[in-house]
Amino acid sequence: MEPLALYVHWPFCLAKCPYCDFNSHVRDEIPQARFAAALRRELAFEARRLGRRPLASIFFGGGTPSLMAPETVAALIEDARALFDPLPDLEITLEANPTSVEAGRLALLRDAGVNRLSLGVQSLDDAALRALGRGHSAAEARAALEHARALFPRLSFDLIYARPGQTPAAWRAELAAALALAADHLSLYQLTIEPDTAFASRHARGEIVLPDADAAAALYALTGEMAAASGLAAYEVSNYARPGAESRHNLAYWRYGDYAGIGPGAHGRITLAGDAAATAVLATRRIRTPEAWAAAVERAGHGAVADVALAPGERAREMLLMGLRLAEGIDLARFVARSGVAFEAAVDHETLCAAEAAGYVSREGGRLRALPEGLLRLDALLAALVV
Amino acid sequence: MTDTPIERIRNFAIIAHIDHGKSTLADRLIQSTGGLSDREMTNQVLDNMELERERGITIKAQTVRLSYRAKDGLLYALNLMDTPGHVDFAYEVSRSLAACEGSLLVVDASQGVEAQTLANVYQAIEANHEIVPILNKIDLPAAEPERVRQQIEDVIGIDASDAVMISAKTGLNIEGVLEALVTRLPAPRGDASAPLKALLVDSWYDPYLGVVILVRVKDGRLRRGQKIRMMSNGAVHHVEQVGVFSPKMIAVEDLAPGEMGYITAAIKTVADCNVGDTITDDRQPATTALPGFKPSVPVVWCGLYPTDADDFEKLRESLGRLRLNDASFHYDPETSAALGFGFRCGFLGLLHLEIIQERLSREFDLNLIATAPSVVYRVHRTSGVVEELHNPADMPDGSLIDHIEEPWIRATIMVPDDYLGAILTLCNERRGQQADLTYVGNRAMAVYRLPLNEVVFDFYDRLKSVSRGYASFDYQMDGYAESDLVRISIMVNGDPVDALSFIAHRAAAEGRGRAICGRLKDLIPRQLFKIAVQAAIGGRVIARETISALSKDVTAKCYGGDISRKRKLLEKQKEGKKRMRQFGRVEIPQSAFLAALKMDA
Repeated sequence: MEPLALYVHWPFCLAKCPYCDFNSHVRDEIPQARFAAALRRELAFEARRLGRRPLASIFFGGGTPSLMAPETVAALIEDARALFDPLPDLEITLEANPTSVEAGRLALLRDAGVNRLSLGVQSLDDAALRALGRGHSAAEARAALEHARALFPRLSFDLIYARPGQTPAAWRAELAAALALAADHLSLYQLTIEPDTAFASRHARGEIVLPDADAAAALYALTGEMAAASGLAAYEVSNYARPGAESRHNLAYWRYGDYAGIGPGAHGRITLAGDAAATAVLATRRIRTPEAWAAAVERAGHGAVADVALAPGERAREMLLMGLRLAEGIDLARFVARSGVAFEAAVDHETLCAAEAAGYVSREGGRLRALPEGLLRLDALLAALVV
Repeated sequence: MTDTPIERIRNFAIIAHIDHGKSTLADRLIQSTGGLSDREMTNQVLDNMELERERGITIKAQTVRLSYRAKDGLLYALNLMDTPGHVDFAYEVSRSLAACEGSLLVVDASQGVEAQTLANVYQAIEANHEIVPILNKIDLPAAEPERVRQQIEDVIGIDASDAVMISAKTGLNIEGVLEALVTRLPAPRGDASAPLKALLVDSWYDPYLGVVILVRVKDGRLRRGQKIRMMSNGAVHHVEQVGVFSPKMIAVEDLAPGEMGYITAAIKTVADCNVGDTITDDRQPATTALPGFKPSVPVVWCGLYPTDADDFEKLRESLGRLRLNDASFHYDPETSAALGFGFRCGFLGLLHLEIIQERLSREFDLNLIATAPSVVYRVHRTSGVVEELHNPADMPDGSLIDHIEEPWIRATIMVPDDYLGAILTLCNERRGQQADLTYVGNRAMAVYRLPLNEVVFDFYDRLKSVSRGYASFDYQMDGYAESDLVRISIMVNGDPVDALSFIAHRAAAEGRGRAICGRLKDLIPRQLFKIAVQAAIGGRVIARETISALSKDVTAKCYGGDISRKRKLLEKQKEGKKRMRQFGRVEIPQSAFLAALKMDA
C-alpha cells in the first residue's frame, strides 16, 4: 500500500499577489471555526475511503495557511495522526509569509506540531518585493528567517528570480545573501506569467518584459552552480536541498505517489482501500470557491467536484511529466507497475534515442533521468517524447 | 430589347490602372442610365466575387447593356465590357477587347499613365479600337489634367485634346462620357443573314443555370432553341436561354449582329468553353472561325499540399469546383516526400496563382502549403528528347541533360526617375537585358527582357519596395532561350525537403542558396534539438546554417494541483503535432514555409 501524503488547502490571503494564480481569496472576515470544522470533516471522509495506511507527510498550503488558527492546525494534525499510521519521521510542513504579525505566531504553529516551515520570502530586495506586491520588507523577511531557524528543525524559503530587468550580477548578490540565510532547503522559481493574473494583463500590455530564453537559461545555470557550491543540490527543476532534506511531501507529487488533497480546490491522486496493487489511480478535485466548498462539506461530508479514474495512458503521461522533473528521474519498474503501460509504449522511440544522443536524458540502472541539458528544455522534451 | 438597329449599338471596354477609377466609372454609367435603382447599387456592381471586390481586380469579363437616350434624341444600346484587369489574363483581355469597337482610357488626372494602362491600351490599339481618353478625379487638388493630357499624347501617341474631364466619384460630367461613346465610337458591323459567328468572350459556372457563356455576335443570329457548335472542338449544344445583362440577367429571343449577351446551354463545366472560340450554327456552320483563338497555357506552376493530410480529398474536390469556373488553371495529383499527397497546379501567372490559393483557403477553408512557383523549362536531353519541366523535383540528372531553355518575358516598367537607378539595378540583378529606356517628363519607361524565372521570385515585391510603390510593371511572354540552370536542393537535418528545391541560374545559385538558408534560420523557431539547414547543388553543399536548440523551456512550478492541467496541455500539444508537418524531427511552421517560398534572393 502506498504511504500517504496529505495536503490541506487554506484558501485565504490578506491580499492577492499579482503574479499568483493559486486558489486564494481575500475576505474581510475569515470564518475560522466554519473552515476548521469543514476541513476536519473532509479529512474524515478521505480517511474512510483511503483506509488505514502509513502517513508520510502533511502539507498546509494556500492561500496563506499561517493565517490559520494554530488550534485548527493542531486539530487537523491530531486527526490525521489518529486516522492513519504516522511514520516516525512524519514531515509536517506549513507555508507562511514573513510578515512580522505572522512571525509572532510561528511558535504556536510549532507547538501545534508543524516541524518544517516554508517561508514565502520571494526576494531580499525591497523594490522587488514592492513590484511583486508583497506585504513585507526584506528586513522583515530576514527577521522572520532568523526567528524560524530557531523554532523549526527544517526550514525552506522561496525566491522568485528572472524578474523584469534583473541582471545576472544583481541576482548573484541576492542569491548569495539568500544562501547565507538558508537552512536545508530552498525553492528558487523563475518568474512565470500565469494566465488570468494581474501580471498577465500587464505583460500583455508590454509593461512587464521578462528576460528572454537565453538570459533565463544563463540565470538558471548560475543558480544551480551557486546553490551546489553551498551544498544545496538541485533535486527538482526549482528545488534545492541538502542531501536528505528534500521535501518529502513534494517528492510524493513528483514520484507519483498517493496524495490526498482536502480543502477548496485541492487536487489528489489516490488509490483506494483494498486496491493492493495500487494502480487504480483516482484523480480527485474539490470545489474551488471557499464558501461553496464549505457548504458542500456541511451537506455531504465532502466538497468533491469529480473523482475520475485515470486511464493507463493518462497515468503514464502524468508520471513522465512529474518524474522527469526530478534529478533522480523515474524508476522504470515503478513506472510500469503504477501506470500499467510498458515504458517502450509510453515514449516515442526515435525522440528518446535522439534525446540520449543529444545528452538530454540517460537510461541507466533501471531509471530514466533528464540530464541538466534536458531539464532546461523539459517542456519541449516532454512534448516530443510523450506518446 | 434587341431590336436596336445595329447603327445604334456601341460596344466598349474601359482601360484603367488599378485605383484609377474604372469600377467607379462603370457604376456611374449604370446608375445614370437607370440600369439599377439606387437601392440595388452596391459599390462596384461588376465585381461579383468577394475577392475581386477586396483586391479591386476583375477576374472574369462581364458586360452590362445600358440604354441611353442621346442628345440626338435617339435611344442607343451601350454595351460596357468589363475586362479582367491584370497581365496574367492578357489573352482573356484580348478576347474581351476583340468583342468591342472602342475603349475608354481612364487615367487618374493626378497620377498619370501607368505601365499596366500602357499594355492594355496597346492591346486596344491592336484590336483597332477607337480610344476615348477620360481624365478622372479632376476634382482632386493634386489633379494636373494638362500635364496628364500631354503625357497621354507623348507616351501613348494618341490625340488627347478631346479628353473627357470627369470625376467618377462625384458624378461630374458622366453625361460627357455617354455622349462621347455615341458620337466618337463606331457602330459595330455584321451580316445578319450570314451563318452564325459569335465570339466566346468568357464563361462562368452558375449553380442554377450551369455554365453561362458571354458572347458577342459578329454575324448571323443566336436564338433560343438553336443547335450550336463550338468550332475549336466541335462540341454541339442546345441553346436554352439567350439574354442580356442590365446588369441583371434579362432573357431575350435572340441576339443579332453587334450585340453582346449571354447564352446557357446545359453545359456542365467551363472547361468545355474556350475563351476566344467561335460559336456557330450546327446545321448551317460558318466556314472559317474568328481570328485570334489560342488554347490557354499555364506559365507558372507550383505544388499545393494540404497542411493536414486528411484534407487531400477536400482539396481535390475544391480544385474541381474552382475549375468548374476557371478552365485556365490546371491540376494533377503529385506526391512529395516532404509534403505527402497534393497537386501540381498550373496558372496563367503569379496573380492567378495567388488568387486560386486565396480562394482555396477562404472559400473552402483549406490550409495549404504551396511550393516555390516554377516556370516551364524545356529540357533537351542528350538523347534528343525535349521535355517540359515545371517541377524542380523532376529535373533529370545533369549527365542526361544537353541543355535547358527557359522562358523570357518583355517587361515594361514605368517609374519616377528618382527611383530609376534602383530599378535598373534590380533588373540587372535579375539577368535583365535592357531593350529600351525613354523619359516622359520626370517619368522613365524601361523595357527589359527578363527570364520569367527571375520574376516569379518576388520580383514584383522588390520592385514595389525599391520604388516605394511608385513603379508600375507589366509584361508579356517573349519566347525561350538557352540558359545555364541548376537545381538547388534544401536539406533540413540532412533530409532533402523536396518542396523547397528550386531551379536558378548557376551564377545566382550560391547567393540564393545562402539566402534561403539564412531565411530559414530566422523563420524556423528554435526547437528541442539543433537543426542543420543546408543548400546543395547535386552532392555539393553550397550553404549551411545551424539553428541552435531552445535555450530554456521548462515550467518553473509544478506540484500536485498542476498535474491534470499539465497533462491535458501535453495531450493537446500531441494532437496539434499530429497535424503539423514534420521534416525529420523538425517542425516547420506553415508561416515559415510560406515566407521561405516567397523568399527574395
